[in-house]
Formats: sequence, structure tokens, C-alpha cells
Amino acid sequence: MPTATGARHGETSDPAAGAAISVSHLTKRFGERTAFENVSFEVAGGEVFGFLGPNGAGKTTTVRTLGTLIAPTSGSAVVAGVPLSPATGNEIRRLISIMPENPGLYLRLTVQENLELFAGLYGLHPAGPRIAHALEVVHLERRSRDLCRSLSKGLRQRVGLARALLSDPAIMFLDEPTSGLDPVAAREVHELIDGLRRRGVTVFLTTHRLEEAERLCDRVAILNTRLRIVGRPDELRTRLFSGALEVETALPLPTPEMVFNGEAGVQGWRSQGTASYVLSVADPRAAAPAVARALVAAGADVVSIAAARHSLEDVYLQLVDEDPEARR
Amino acid sequence: MIGLDMGRLAAVARKEIREYRRTPFIVGAMLVLPFVFLINPAIVIFVLSAAVKPAAVAKEVGSTFLVLLIVPAVIPATIAAYSVVGERDQGTLEPLLTTPVRRGEILIGKALAPVIPSVGLAYLLFALVVILAHFFAQNPAVPATLSEGSHILAQALFTPLLAVWSIGVGTAISARASDVRVAQQLGTLASVPPLAVTALVSFQIVPLGVWTAVGFGLGLLVIDIVMWRVVVAMFDRERLITGSHAAKPVAVSPSGLPAGTVRRIQSLGGVDDGRGHT
Repeated sequence: MPTATGARHGETSDPAAGAAISVSHLTKRFGERTAFENVSFEVAGGEVFGFLGPNGAGKTTTVRTLGTLIAPTSGSAVVAGVPLSPATGNEIRRLISIMPENPGLYLRLTVQENLELFAGLYGLHPAGPRIAHALEVVHLERRSRDLCRSLSKGLRQRVGLARALLSDPAIMFLDEPTSGLDPVAAREVHELIDGLRRRGVTVFLTTHRLEEAERLCDRVAILNTRLRIVGRPDELRTRLFSGALEVETALPLPTPEMVFNGEAGVQGWRSQGTASYVLSVADPRAAAPAVARALVAAGADVVSIAAARHSLEDVYLQLVDEDPEARR
Repeated sequence: MIGLDMGRLAAVARKEIREYRRTPFIVGAMLVLPFVFLINPAIVIFVLSAAVKPAAVAKEVGSTFLVLLIVPAVIPATIAAYSVVGERDQGTLEPLLTTPVRRGEILIGKALAPVIPSVGLAYLLFALVVILAHFFAQNPAVPATLSEGSHILAQALFTPLLAVWSIGVGTAISARASDVRVAQQLGTLASVPPLAVTALVSFQIVPLGVWTAVGFGLGLLVIDIVMWRVVVAMFDRERLITGSHAAKPVAVSPSGLPAGTVRRIQSLGGVDDGRGHT
């Protein structure tokens, strides 16, 4: 399995001429501890980019670094066209917005007052229409006078999103935006992110929810202190896994090795349950007819033959499980 | 002020005031403490008989003067000590720091919110004591001493300077503290040193005159400037953010995978990688 960050990036990304984020060999250490190391990737403008990894992989620290809250130890980055440096922090912060995992609302203030504060901090004048629009996007127009402490977690998350939308940012960093939300609230957040994509906002999404990344992201990166891989979810599946056929018969085959071994296109096989088999094949479409013929010739009653599909979760687990960093 | 955006500064101050108004502890402190600090002046005004000699009166008025200076020294420190650690406590610090607001704007905005009511309250109390003394004091030396130009000047100068000190120290403690209660206790203690300096004047260890008041005022101003430079230097985004997060232990299962992932793998009875491995 390839591990070189630069090579991965070169193989998989399709960086637009004007990348929204360009990261080169970025490293952050806190004393002896390395948060992330030698990370390189690019995010194209308007892309929804998923940033995955186990706890402690350095995802949040990466977001904080790109968001100018933390200075990198080494390496370089360009965010929204501005090189990352201590002198450009304010310029970058004007162009981006970050929604941390905890939306961090002032609970004693109303929704409107929370947004007024941030409109003031971004220098938005007049703030009223911007606040009204942000509330409309997250469907919270009727709750603007409610104290934030009275809102459910899902509603608070939506207020956090409205706050992040206020300044009409070029790039939005969303750190675990559906963490702790019920499925309905999570789906609403997904719809909002879809809406951001349609508006051409670049979204940098860190998440633990692999199905969320698979559904929402154009490309994903898997980080485990070092960047393990970057690419489109389907591309990663193809790259990491050879094709597979799932075969189910009415009764267990008495001699499956006689049926599968030596069959053209079948590279290996294993049992999966009593009358179910998984065949490793180079090309599932080409191999399926031959396998069907072999099964019929062996007198088996075929229930189904289907190409096995690997999820992004398989990719994630494969990479993280094989990573010695994760076992430490 | 150069480099500061007044709109952002006002936004921070407005937010602070809105939060204070809805925080019972702060409203309570603002309402109750002034009454406590009126006890000593009331004794001086209502109890000190006409027979007491002027030297003794001056000493008592000095203690009154000192008590009135506790208001700008203690109240803002208690409030300021909550300002940063409180934000961290409720998770609002990080969103605040991700905006284009400069640290000077955050600090001054946060300082303005307690300094204005504290100084206003202190002046109001002093005016109240002087008025009460004029109408009700049994000893005529009491209002005369309280109304001396040097006393009024000292009160006018020391009050805001003490408030600025106590807010600065309170904010510095708050930026470093991890617990709200500890920050508030330390913040209150930190207001004692400058009060000790003003006690020299109040108790006439150093005789109070116009120039003494101006001299002490300038001394406090220099201390304030130096202290605020230290506070601004301490208010570093990375330090504020990683102070509570950098050393956070990572919850990883023995296999190296997050605990939830392992449970999921176990519930699935293994994970097929398509190559015959589980």
C-alpha cells in the first residue's frame, strides 16, 4: 500500500488552477508530541473536501492551523489565496469561517444577539439583512429572539452554521458538524452543506461519519498524523481493493475449490457463511458469466452472483488498521 | 486608537454588557457590594461626634477614602477574571478567535464593559458620601475633609487607574486559569497591591496633597501601562486555544482504532477487505 503523501496527492487530486487551499509539507508539533506531520494536499474552489481520521489524528489541529489559530511548526499553506503567516492571520480570517465541533454560542444571548456580535466582528454593515438571510438559510427566522440556552443541540448547530455563513466566506471549515445530532438533525445539516456546494462555497469538512463523507464530499483525505490518502471515494475504493464477486448458492458447494480454482479471472476465494462465497477477481463484469457457467456445470443452484461493493468505511478501516501510527 | 476597529471593539463591549445583564452573579455583585462599602462611611458620618479632634477625623476619613477605592479595585477584577476563562468554559473562545477581531479589540472591548459601571459606581458612591456628610455629619470636620480638593482629585484619578489595573490583572489571570472560581479568587487578591499603595495616602503615612495625588496617579498610570503590555502579550491565540486542548489524551483502543470503530467491527463479525482477509 502506498504511503507517500506527495505521491498520493499527485496521483489523486485534480487541483484547479486557483486552489482554495494549498498545503505543502505542513507539520505541527507541541513539544515532543506531533499533531500532524508532512501533510500536503490541495482543495479546489467550490469543492466539498472531507478530512477523516481517528481520534487524535490531527484533524482539528489542521483546521486550527489553516484557520490561523495555531502556527505551523514547518511547511507552508495558502488559504483563500493568502499565504499562511503570522502577518496574514487577519486577512485569512476575513475570508474564511470556522465552525468548531461545539458551536460555542453565548447561551445567555438570543440567536439574533449572537449573530449581531459576529456581524460586528466581521465588520458587516448593515448587519440586519445579512443576519436575516443567514437565519433564512438555516430555517431559523422564527427563533431569532430565543435565548440560545433554550435551543436543542440540533438548533444550536444550525445557529452555528448561520454564524459561519454571515460573512459569506470563500471557505468554510466545518469540524464534526453533525456530532451528537439525531438522524433528522444530521440530515438537515447535510442538506445545508449540499446547499453550500450549490452556492460554490468551498467546504472543508472534518468528520467521523464515513457515510456522511461518502455522501457529501467530492474528495476525501484520511489523516493519521500523516496524510494516508487523498482522492474521490470511488477512486480510493478502486485503488485499495481489487474487484470482488459475492456468490450465493442454495446449498453449500461440496467442493468449491474444484469450481473456483483455475477459473479464468478468479484470483482467490473464501467462504462467507454456509453457502456464500467471496471471489477476488480483476474485473467483476468479465468474470461473472464464467463463474455462473462453472457453478451450473458443477450442478449448483445459483441464488445470486453480484459484484461486491466496498464502502468508504472499508477504505478507512483498511488504511487506519494497517497504519502502525494508529497502533501506538 | 491606531490599528483598532471601533465597530469590532463596540461589538465585543456590547456583547459583554448583554451577558453581564443576564448573569445574576454579576448583577448581584454590582448591587450588593456598594451597600457593603457604605457601612464604613456611614459610621464616620453618623457616629463620629463633634468632640472628635480634626487629626482623628482625618484618619477616619482616610479609611473611608480607602474603602471607597475598593469598589473600582475589586468589582472589575472579579468580573474580568471571568472574561476569558468563562469564554473557554462555555466553548465560545474558539469561535471568537476565528474572526478577524484583533486581540487589542477583544481586550479593550472586554475591559470597557466592567470599567464603565465600576468607575461610575465608585464616583456615585463618593458623591453620595460627600452629600450625606454635608447634611448629616455630626462632626463638621468630616464634610470639610472629604471635600478637600486633594481628596477629590485623588478619588478622581485613582478610581479609573485602579479599575484599569484590576481589569488587566483579572484578564491576565483569566487567560491563564482553567477554572472560573480560581480565576475570580486570584483576581480579587490581585487588586490588593495597588490598594496598599493608595493606603499610604489614605492613612496619611504619605501626606495627601495635590502633587502627592498627581504623583501617585502617574505611578499607577505607569504600572497600568506596563501591566497591559504584559496582558496583550499573554493574549496569544495559540496559547489560549491549546492551553486546554494540546495535552488532551487521545482515546484509542488497544488495536489502535477508535473504540467505536472496534465495536462496530466486532458487531459485523469482521471486515471483509475483498481479498479474503477479515
